[in-house]
Amino acid sequence: MQPIDTAAVQEALNRFANRDVYIHLETTNGAYASHHNEGFYSVGAYIRNACIRFTRGKITGPGPYRVGLKLDLGWVYAEGLTHWEWTEKGQLLLAGHDDQGKLAVALELSDEPFV
Amino acid sequence: MNERHVLVVFPHPDDEAFGVSGTIAEHAQNGTPVTYACLTLGEMGRNMGVPPFANRETLPHIRKQELEEACRILGIHDLRLLGYRDKTVEFEDEEELADRIAAIVAETNPSLVITFYPGYSVHPDHDACGAAVIRALKRWPKEERPTVHCVAFAKNCEQDLGQPDVVRDVSSVIDTKLAAIRAHRSQTEGLMQAASKRGDALAWLKTERFWTYRWDD
Ligand SMILES: [Zn+2]
Repeated sequence: MQPIDTAAVQEALNRFANRDVYIHLETTNGAYASHHNEGFYSVGAYIRNACIRFTRGKITGPGPYRVGLKLDLGWVYAEGLTHWEWTEKGQLLLAGHDDQGKLAVALELSDEPFV
Repeated sequence: MNERHVLVVFPHPDDEAFGVSGTIAEHAQNGTPVTYACLTLGEMGRNMGVPPFANRETLPHIRKQELEEACRILGIHDLRLLGYRDKTVEFEDEEELADRIAAIVAETNPSLVITFYPGYSVHPDHDACGAAVIRALKRWPKEERPTVHCVAFAKNCEQDLGQPDVVRDVSSVIDTKLAAIRAHRSQTEGLMQAASKRGDALAWLKTERFWTYRWDD
């Protein structure tokens, strides 16, 4: 993955607007967070291959970046994004990594379900 | 420690690396066949590297190759990938999961099974994996069940389970063990760097500790 280029990511987001797309959205601080640091409150959530349709998608912030996707009846939101990749399959992968390279957040869009 | 067949069951591709790979290497070098059933490909791992060398979608492919390389190094010729997804093992149907494991037990007829101690292995997948192995083995009469050596590392494991009753010095295969750990590069590189900075890596890795599972039936 490469450090986020906001213009390129914005262009990629625009390609997915107004049609059915599959989404992977994830946030995590790791299954071992509470084990290594007692008192640390470990949380995480992910959704994989939900099918959504958004009318507008936007990337903002000075970096790390935020992305919001406006749905007919709601929103998809992610913050802390640092890296991006456009895959051979035409998928947009966005992720946020901490200073040790550990993934903390991911937002991915694809025309086909993720395998 | 001459076993007929050793069956290792873990949920993530690197679960064997730090605590069990020396034991596996010793069994393999003794000519004991080893089967490794790995439930997931660690799809939800967090280590992507600085700069990132993996992403959420490529990580399973990378970890699968790393696992195959580690198995080659350790002398494991029978690797079974069960195709579950990382972080979801505890949500699977417990009987179905036990069915899959029981089928491998029936086929390979192991005298020793190595897995996680259910309830004392921190990650929900670890606990669910250990519980599934125990559930599967309970289908056999007690006297016909293989010995089960469990890995545990929860904070309360010694308090509840006592000291590990199997403590194995694996210094004689430490180079093989280190190579197997390094094979899981995407997940172990950072840990190994931290350990070598502390200077205690070798002492820690030369000993492997297990609790023999105590049947409650
Ligand atoms: Zn694990």
